[in-house]
Amino acid sequence: MNEIFNPENKLEEINHEKLLRKVLVMKNKNMRLAQMCAAFVEGKYELSYSFADDETYEMSTLRLIIEPDTAIPSITEIYPYAFFYENEINELFGVNVKFINHDYNKKLYRIDAESPFVKKEDK
Amino acid sequence: MGKRSVVPFGPQHPVLPEPIHLDLVIEDEKIIEAIPSIGFVHRGLESLVTKRTYKEMTYVVERTCGICSFMHGMAYCEAVEEVMNVEVPDRGKYLRTIWAELSRMHSHLLWLGLLADGFGFESLFYQCWRLRESVLDVLELTTGGRCIFSVNKIGGVLKDLDEDMTKAILQTVDKVEKELEAIKKTFLFDYSVESRLKGVGVLTKQQAHDLGCAGPFARGSGIKMDMRMRGYDAYKDLDFEPIVSEDGDGYARCYVRTMEIFQSIDIIRQAIAKLPAGEFGVDVKGLPKGEAFVRVEQPRGEAVYYVKANGTQYLDRMRVRTPTFANLPGLVETLKGAQFADVPLLILAIDPCISCTER
Repeated sequence: MNEIFNPENKLEEINHEKLLRKVLVMKNKNMRLAQMCAAFVEGKYELSYSFADDETYEMSTLRLIIEPDTAIPSITEIYPYAFFYENEINELFGVNVKFINHDYNKKLYRIDAESPFVKKEDK
Repeated sequence: MGKRSVVPFGPQHPVLPEPIHLDLVIEDEKIIEAIPSIGFVHRGLESLVTKRTYKEMTYVVERTCGICSFMHGMAYCEAVEEVMNVEVPDRGKYLRTIWAELSRMHSHLLWLGLLADGFGFESLFYQCWRLRESVLDVLELTTGGRCIFSVNKIGGVLKDLDEDMTKAILQTVDKVEKELEAIKKTFLFDYSVESRLKGVGVLTKQQAHDLGCAGPFARGSGIKMDMRMRGYDAYKDLDFEPIVSEDGDGYARCYVRTMEIFQSIDIIRQAIAKLPAGEFGVDVKGLPKGEAFVRVEQPRGEAVYYVKANGTQYLDRMRVRTPTFANLPGLVETLKGAQFADVPLLILAIDPCISCTER
């Protein structure tokens, strides 16, 4: 049989001010940005940044819980290909991401509605 | 420096019926930069979690895409099963593996045909799609559906395989293996095919890693990453190794996908030989509460499913990161420095699935 790689997924909740520092740590560990996503739960954004190690199949997720009006810095200076994810959370959820390197200005999905995944009255 | 022009590619293009748009900055016939745009047919399926119960969502996610439909359903069910601590019976896990590998076979055969069509080898295109039909036939026989099977449920699968069905699957994979041997010679050793693929759209291992590429696109650049190595479903009991090529060009991607069809055949034979008796699904009671990330290896690469549940019938969030979404930055990199005439082939080489991306 093969050697099976199935480590537990790790999840660490962090303050948004530590985001860039923590992402840089992942980059220095040679981890791949596997996904980013947002959820809107109980009036706050939950942002998940998942990083994968392609040799050990470990996945570590950084979790940010922020108020709707909090701006977060883009991580495109560290992971350039994060621009798709950041444009997506900005357009679908209205998360304020500052300084995205290649900002589509809410035209990634060409949806004729503002932050369609979050109702205005919930914000 | 020659004069630079911007040439739009897509969203409608003969080589790719699905809508993706690229602004190609060219200098003479050479691509300097490519700026991608998606979102022409975004459906917002993820937001349906507020309107469909967590069980109904199984049917929604299976309709994300017509090619990887089964594996979308499977990954979603596995994410909810992880949240609810549901243990799927072994037979259910094996059946999922068999149908997943049949899906990979028909997806890769479809891609090989499209690639042949892309470089103008029509008879090769017909051969691949003819062979794919026999895989679709056996899927229809065993599940009732040719592309969307709707056999996944939270807790296992909805249908079983009887002895006649497993025989039919084995006969089909025997036939595909024999005929694919002949087709393989053309894809991998024909001069005209090599001339269109070798050295075209090179992406180094480091670039593929730095750009977050996944699946055969990454393995074609030497990254030995295959989510099946995590051992989900029956993969933990089966013997296989990720198929990798170091060259990083169009030919390497073609090699990896061709060989992965043979690998799928081998996995199916192993799974049928070891298929355990017993139940193939369990009834799930209660409501999900918690969250889970699940990664599976779809034909185009790693798909990440995220589910967050609040203890009601409706999920807080369901998110799908599809492999094509991850491969777009890599595609843009392969286009830089390429010849304008090679653009359709380079786009095809990542096996883009815009339907998945526009979930």
